[in-house]
Amino acid sequence: MLDPALIKEFKNIVGAENVFTDDADLLTYSYDAAVVKPVVPALVIRPKTSEALGRSVKVCGENGLPLTVRGAGTNLSGGTVPTAREGVVILTNGLKRILEINEADMYAVVQPGVVTAQFAAAAQAKGLFYPPDPGSQAVSTLGGNVAENAGGLRGLKYGVTSDYVMGLKFFDTNGEIVKTGAKTVKCATGYNLTGLLVGSEGTLGVFDEITLKLIPLPAHRKAMVAVFNQIIKASEAVAAIIAARIIPCTLEFMDNFTIRAVESYSRVGLPTDASALLLIEVDGHPAMVEEDAIKVEEICRQQGATDIRVAKDDAERDKVWTARRSALSALAKLKPTLVLEDATVPRSRIPEMVQAMQDIAAKYRLEIGTFGHAGDGNLHPTILTDKRNTEEWERVEAAIAAIFDEALAMGGTLSGEHGTGIAKSCFLEKETSPATILYSRAVKAALDPRNILNPGKIIGG
Amino acid sequence: MSDMKALAQLMKELEDQLVVCMRCGMCQSVCPLYDQTGRESDVARGKLALLDGLMHEMFRDPEGVYERLNKCLLCGSCAANCPSGVSVLEIFMKARAILTGYMDLPPAKKLVLRGMLAHPELFDRMAEWGARFQKIFTRPVNAVVGTSCARVISPLLGRRHFKNLAETPFHKMVPALKTRPGKSGVRAAFYVGCLIDKIFPHIAQAVIDVLTHHEVGIVLPENQACCGIPAVSSGDMKTFRSLLEHNLNRFNPGEFDYLVTACATCTSTIKEVWPVMTEAAGNGDKGLLQRVEKFAEKTMDINAFMVNIIGLASPTPGIGDNTKNPPEVITYHDPCHLKKALGISVEPRTMIKANPNYRLKEMTSSDWCCGMGGSFNLQYYGISSTIGRQKRDNIVATGCSSVATGCPACMLQIADALSRAGDHVAVRHPVEIYAEQLKRT
Repeated sequence: MLDPALIKEFKNIVGAENVFTDDADLLTYSYDAAVVKPVVPALVIRPKTSEALGRSVKVCGENGLPLTVRGAGTNLSGGTVPTAREGVVILTNGLKRILEINEADMYAVVQPGVVTAQFAAAAQAKGLFYPPDPGSQAVSTLGGNVAENAGGLRGLKYGVTSDYVMGLKFFDTNGEIVKTGAKTVKCATGYNLTGLLVGSEGTLGVFDEITLKLIPLPAHRKAMVAVFNQIIKASEAVAAIIAARIIPCTLEFMDNFTIRAVESYSRVGLPTDASALLLIEVDGHPAMVEEDAIKVEEICRQQGATDIRVAKDDAERDKVWTARRSALSALAKLKPTLVLEDATVPRSRIPEMVQAMQDIAAKYRLEIGTFGHAGDGNLHPTILTDKRNTEEWERVEAAIAAIFDEALAMGGTLSGEHGTGIAKSCFLEKETSPATILYSRAVKAALDPRNILNPGKIIGG
Repeated sequence: MSDMKALAQLMKELEDQLVVCMRCGMCQSVCPLYDQTGRESDVARGKLALLDGLMHEMFRDPEGVYERLNKCLLCGSCAANCPSGVSVLEIFMKARAILTGYMDLPPAKKLVLRGMLAHPELFDRMAEWGARFQKIFTRPVNAVVGTSCARVISPLLGRRHFKNLAETPFHKMVPALKTRPGKSGVRAAFYVGCLIDKIFPHIAQAVIDVLTHHEVGIVLPENQACCGIPAVSSGDMKTFRSLLEHNLNRFNPGEFDYLVTACATCTSTIKEVWPVMTEAAGNGDKGLLQRVEKFAEKTMDINAFMVNIIGLASPTPGIGDNTKNPPEVITYHDPCHLKKALGISVEPRTMIKANPNYRLKEMTSSDWCCGMGGSFNLQYYGISSTIGRQKRDNIVATGCSSVATGCPACMLQIADALSRAGDHVAVRHPVEIYAEQLKRT
């Protein structure tokens, strides 16, 4: 229980109705979408102005209260699970204004609680494009996307959230405002604090305003589905498309297990006997799109595709992406617990990685559906289990470690887009080095000496 | 009050259904309540976590959980959009029953549910008295919408603009009916429902007109009772079971092929809620469950019945003539209990389009909940009317002169929102729109 005087102070800052102290409310902020142990916070506050947000951080700083910032709580690595001792959760969903969409200079300024898909739609209404489209975009917040450096289906051509953050205003551990970056295309002043803060999972500062880059909407696009009777041929086709210097905006992979789950769930007409599918979309100038589409089709055939279906119109195109987007839902319906990994490898190693997943599933006797962003090397091996089955859960944990080992051995990374959080912090040293952890801890200690900004995430401690 | 362990034990019944939620949070994008409040305990994920918390004895606050669990529209938007397919409504209704059993019903609810609703004849009589005396306390405010408001400041009515009780309820106009089928060869039983009987009897009359026109044999038994949803949503299994048995005994399954209702909530209650809650309320009575399942199977929304069984299409050749030129603009609101619960959204539109005097113009977010939620509206009128106001804005933006919807509860909510904004938009049922032209031909 927090000091009642402090609770009163928070009530003065954000209003009594935006301070939650009942056990039943606190419990609902003890988890996020990751499969990690819930931790109940001591207090939850919901500031609705930038000023209230800054003053709240200041009070936490002055009193050494650990704070965890939470948007929609959809992250998959435990980054928004609060801290055990007197943890304060600061909600950003009361800060959801798009402050500016500048068409002439193609940028936007937003508050951290703006929902990703709503922002993308607002940009699109002005003929502009915000490409990052994480799976949770219908609910995820831009503050959360920046803090986790979220990705999506378009990473291969358009990059991830970090490629669109031009500048930030954020509160430091004392509640003082820090500015970094600019609204200009070029900016060479000061340290690149933007680079440091993106993906820092709330451990180095609390976002107040985010300046995001926007680009022109592509004029034309074409989607197709390539069917393969051997999983290895599909993954080799991915490598061949990249090797031919074609960058589709989306290049997704689905294994047979996932295909069958999707088809029985959404009946979109996928070939359930196929070993693997590639779902491909090219976009850009109409002439280039047509040319690229023909080349991609040729490559897929050369690599042994047994069938290629090109979407004839928007309705058929939507069908392709409905199928892809329902992959996670379809798999989720099969078992109570779903562990979604996102270990990522250099894209030329996709064939080996796909094979490794098959071997791991067999070795640990687990059901693993593999789908994901093959074009950028970011597969999502999805383990289906029931966390109540402790014997199986041990095999799941062993399989996760094995997946990480495989990815690292191929020169890959533990996480393409889900972040480190709590779930992967103990594996970080494997990917980097002991000195890297110490260096990172030194940065954290210098910027947040009392260790109140989302403690325990990324670098442990 | 018994101890927390006992409650946790009861909650275990829900365990297999609770573990299905993977906390992905996608329900946040569709919950009309969360959209207003931004509070996790208002959205399905939060409520499921609370039930999970009680089950695992993570905290000791069943009252807090009960209060938050009841703060829900039961619109089912979350369930319809859930990637993992969590049976959200079923869990919520069962949990309400468990918690109500554990803590007992609040006295006011006990009075309404067990004192009145559970006794259909008494309920009918009280409504008749109400209809006689209501003019003393209320005055008309909007002739097009057909609403009234309180004459004096009343804590019960507040700022509401409401539809008065009908002077003559439907069961007085047509107490019972049995007709033989004509060339359709189909026999349909008609379940009227409380709101249609007592507030919108003309909708029931329209149902009779439409069925008669299409030569459907009608079975209308007298002394029908409430479908039981107010009891289920209050966790009152005793009242629910008594209403269930009363209704089952009114209808002889051998006499009809289908049972139709014009109320989205009654239809979804009979089809979806009756079977799952009979298991909870029936104490293992297998015979009762079988009767309920058969009954549920035959139950259909009137729009779906007309389109899918009778084969009504739009435009219907030979029916109606275009007497309004240009046709009147009408829009349609999808009741949650039709679209999200039963997947019915095309059929009511087909009914409307079958009348050439109307031009259907879609509103933005036609399937976003209107904010009614039955007793939710009584307990949380502020939030309910803010959600209703959004619906009103979307309706008015179409420039329509009527809005149709297949649920009398939605009609009440929409009428309140339109009337309070001073709009001149009539609130109708698709079956009325369709029936209108039959009278002319």
